[in-house]
Parts: sequence; structure tokens; C-alpha cells
Amino acid sequence: MTARNTVGPVIARRNTEASGALIGYLPVGFPTLDESVDAAVALVENGVDVLELGLPYSDPVMDGPVIQAATQRALANGFRLADGFEAVRRVTDRVDAPVLIMTYWNPVVQYGVERFADDLAAAGGAGLITPDLIPDEGAEWIAASERTGLDRVFLAAPTSTDARIARVVEASRGFVYAVSTMGITGARADVDRAAREVVDRLTSAGAPASCVGVGISTAAQVREVLGYAEGAIVGSALVKALADGGVSAAGALAAELARGTRAE
Amino acid sequence: MALRAQTGPYFGDFGGRFVPESLVAALDELGEAYALAKLDPAFGAELAELGRSYTGRPSIITEVPRFGRHAGGARIILKREDLNHTGSHKINNVLGQALLTKRIGKHRVIAETGAGQHGVATATAAALFGLDCTIYMGEVDTERQALNVARMRLLGAEVIAVKAGSRTLKDAINEAMRDWVTNVATTNYLFGTVAGPHPFPEMVRDFQKIIGEEARQQVLDLTGALPTAVAACVGGGSNAIGIFHAFLDDEGVGLFGFEAGGEGVDTPRHAATITKGRPGVLHGARSYMLQDDDGQTIESHSISAGLDYPGVGPEHSWLSAIGRAQYRPVTDDAAMQALRLLTRTEGIIPAIESSHALAGTLDLGRELGPDATILVNLSGRGDKDMDTAARYFELYDEEAGA
Repeated sequence: MTARNTVGPVIARRNTEASGALIGYLPVGFPTLDESVDAAVALVENGVDVLELGLPYSDPVMDGPVIQAATQRALANGFRLADGFEAVRRVTDRVDAPVLIMTYWNPVVQYGVERFADDLAAAGGAGLITPDLIPDEGAEWIAASERTGLDRVFLAAPTSTDARIARVVEASRGFVYAVSTMGITGARADVDRAAREVVDRLTSAGAPASCVGVGISTAAQVREVLGYAEGAIVGSALVKALADGGVSAAGALAAELARGTRAE
Repeated sequence: MALRAQTGPYFGDFGGRFVPESLVAALDELGEAYALAKLDPAFGAELAELGRSYTGRPSIITEVPRFGRHAGGARIILKREDLNHTGSHKINNVLGQALLTKRIGKHRVIAETGAGQHGVATATAAALFGLDCTIYMGEVDTERQALNVARMRLLGAEVIAVKAGSRTLKDAINEAMRDWVTNVATTNYLFGTVAGPHPFPEMVRDFQKIIGEEARQQVLDLTGALPTAVAACVGGGSNAIGIFHAFLDDEGVGLFGFEAGGEGVDTPRHAATITKGRPGVLHGARSYMLQDDDGQTIESHSISAGLDYPGVGPEHSWLSAIGRAQYRPVTDDAAMQALRLLTRTEGIIPAIESSHALAGTLDLGRELGPDATILVNLSGRGDKDMDTAARYFELYDEEAGA
């Protein structure tokens, strides 16, 4: 089974027809599996170009309080790994946007890296974002994603050395995830200008696309980020909208954020 | 290659660095600073002097014949890490990492703690070196180790009760890692055990291996021979690796790690990671861990907060895999009975953590017989556990109790 709908072409297209791509994150199974699927579909229908579906995990060291609370609730509701593939299948049946899974590494290891890649490709998924897997430890996943054609998104940080930036660029496919502050996920008043520097360094190292995440919650911030990056990633703000106001609120925020991809 | 010569990042199939990219620079910086410090005689001398004049090293050994009668008549020798300043082996590691913090020019330290021993040790080192200090502790543990919370606060540390997840040690580690990701420019993470990403398993081991180096010579001096076996409790495994390490290449010496069996390893309530877990990735390293079919970490249980951890250091997983060390579970009750037995027979009140090693030694002595000599790491003292023990053994007067 080979991946069909990868993110590279979509990001490229959105950088031609708009100022860049809007990437939206939601955890699978929050508040329920059905509602998480409906919310993901609503994001796309309201202008999100690429979806990141997060797999709830017991020890999410990169997540801030909003996403932690949501994923803990999903786990308490009985989230199982198979639900992740189910969600990808149901979302890709309804909308065309590519769907990446964002997951901590141990669930993939336990499922079996090869088997995970096969089942993700079969479900119509585009690839994986791996917040706690660095390319140094990623040989098995790089091989599995080569075989299946899945995207693999590694992270780059302001503290990454030039050598590490080069390695991340070489190892990634789809885009490189530029962490915009040194912090964990969560909306911030200002998107750190460190992000701009990371993206510049990624571009110099030959990255075809860099997307900035961690700290973006408004259309103005999306617009600011798309001034220098190929994509803007929004997570906590969408999760908070979903938690507070349900699927319609998440969709409404997506529509608002999508304004940031268009010229003023 | 000598087993003692093994370094990180990998111990066989275990170890590595499964961390966010944001932390890699900090881990590299720490690893490089440590590699340089290891080669610097001044660093070694400063650490050794702190050991002598602050911790109280070398810690003594104590032979405990009245306790040994209950262990099949085996000769039992305790390595008295409980007599260290701050009451456990944790200070050995903390002083080394605090010195490193100064060398890399950071002024704030953070740490996780379970029982509070590592938190107290870290707060102590922060007071000694004038560093800002934040300690993350699971809310459950702040309740069962309230005395240590007060100690840390008196020492000037900020103690943050972690309310996420199971509200115990693993969640405290998650929260400390989040802090480190956010504040890495100013902050050093003083990791408390031989788990976590490289370089922690190797570095913490190196700061703790003095336990075994001293004890090996002390036992030779006392008995004229190496011990038959060495015993220690294992949570993350720092006191165990500390006393095992000097003996790794002494083939005739058996190494026994005693994990927290909680209410029994056939119940869901235990922390016997190697006995009942399987390899996975937790807190930055590949090692044995307690997890479900999906790779979600299973919450551990132990009466001892310091062993209540669903992971274990990668070097222990390796020593188990190659058959060099054996890991066995000890139940809450067996540990508490051993705590009382040592107290009543020898006048030494051990930490509940260390009591797991004592309980395991009672069985081990009966297996090995009266000719055996067993060196046990008494890794901590029991003062912090008095409330738990008083309730367990109903030692409070009724009016004062509950």
C-alpha cells in the first residue's frame, strides 16, 4: 500500500494561489471519536489545507495544558490506536485535504513501525509528524516511509545546530516543522521571532517547505507567519474552540484563521 | 570489552535519545560538558572533596548478624548510603550535576522527584551553590511525602505539585521536561536516576558508581573476599547501578535488583518493570516499561514513592537481557515487614525503597545459604516514611492517629 495524498503538492499549490498553507491540529477521540472526525472535516470545509490528527498518549511531553486535557479525556473515553486509522479513513472519505498523524513514538514502536506505515497508508493517511523522534533515532521509520511513500515530518528548533538543521531537512519529506518558540504547545500573545530565523536557516539548508507551529492562534499571526514560511500550524487554539464551543466553533475559528492565508 | 566500560547512548538494544528536537542542543551541551569534566582532574577533585566534607563519604558498611539470622544465616553487610547528608544516595548524583551546571554557566536547576529524596538533594545542592531551584513532584507524592515537601521549601526551592496523569513520578518527569524545553537557555535539568535520554543514564551512573567502588574494597577488607551477591532496590535504578557497577566484571558475584511488586505482580498494582514489562520508549530512552497493547504507559503502584515508576534505566534492561543481573519483585508487605525487621534487630530504620532490597535479601540468603555474603545497598533512611510506617503498623495512639 502506498500513500496517495501527500502534503508537499498541497503546500506548494497554496503558496501559489494564496500566501501559504493553513495546517490545523486536532486530537483523535476528543471529545468523542465521531465529534473529532466531524470537527476535522469542519476545519477543512472552513479553509484548513492540511490536517494533523494527534494520537492521544499517556506521556505527552511536548503538549501544553489545553491539548493535554483533551487527550487525557480521549484516553479516559477509551481511545485505542485503531481509532486513529479509523479517523483518518473517515476524514479522507469526506474531504480531500491530506491528513498527517501526529504521534509520540512509543505507540508506533508497539504497533510495529512497518505495520503502522502500511495501515496508515491503507487508511489514506499522508504521513507522520513525530515530536519525540529525531532523525538520529529514526532509521526504521525512514525506511518504512520510503517503502510506503508516506511523508515524514521532523522538527527543527531555534537551538538546533546547522548540522542538525541540515540533517532534519534531509530526513524530512512533506515539510519541516519549525518550532516557533522554545516552548511547548499553547497559544501565545506573540509568535516568537525566533521562528523566522529557524525558517531562514531551513530554507538556506534547502528545505522545500517549512511550517511554523506552537504559538499561533489568530488570523493576524497566520498572516505574519506566512510572510516567511510555507505553512502556519494551529493546534491549541482549535482544540480550545472545540472544547468550548463544539464542532461549529472549531469550524468558525478555522474560517477566521484562513483569512490569514489571503491578501488583506 | 569489560561490562564496566559500557557507555551511552546505547546499552545493547536499550537507551538512545527519544526527545523533542528542542532538547537536543541541551543534551549535547550537557554531554560535552560532562565529557570534558570527566577528563578534568579539578572537577574530580572538587567532587571528591564535596563527598568527603559535605556528604560524609566514604559511607561506612555495617554487618547485621541479627538480621542475617532471618536470611538463612547468610552474612549480610549493609552499605550505608542512608547516612549520607540528606539521607540517601541521591546526593552523590546531585552534587556532580550541580557542579556541571556551574561549568555550563546556568543559574537555575529543575528536577523531578518521587519520594522527595532527589528533590531534597537537588534543593540542598541549589542552596549550597546559590542556584534557583524548581522541583516537580506528583500531587499524590506531595501528599504521602509531605515532610520532604517542607524540607525542599525550607531549602528555598519552589515545589510544584503536578496534577496531570497519575500525579506521580512519571508525570513529574513530563512536567520537568516541559519546563526544560521552555527554559533550556537558563536551566539545567538535574535528572535523578539512570533513566531518561543520553547522557543521563551514563552520567548519573558515573556519579553513583562510587557506592560500589567503596563497598567492593570495604567488603574485601572486612571479609577477605568479594561478596557472593549484591542486592539493591530498583525504581529507575540509580542506587542499584551505583552499587552494581564495580562488580559487573566480577563474574562470581551475583547481582540482584529488587523491583516494587506492590500488591503482587499478578495484580495490576505494582511497579515491577523488568519482571512484567516489555521494551518501549519512555522519557527519552528505549528500555523496559509497563505499558498496554497500544504502548500507553500503565500507571504503576508501590507503597514506596521512590520506586513507583513504570520505567527503568536502560543499563538495567541490558544487564537483564544479557543475564548479568537478575531482577525480582518484592511486595509492599514484604518490604514493610523487612523495614520493621531491620529496625527491631539492628536499630536501623531503612527507607521503604531500600526495604525492598532487604526483603529480597531475606529470600536470597535462604537460597544461597549460611556461607554466602550478601552486600545490600541501604540506599536511604526511613525518617521520611514514618507516617506511612506508623499507619501501616498502627503505631499512632488512637486519638492522635488517622
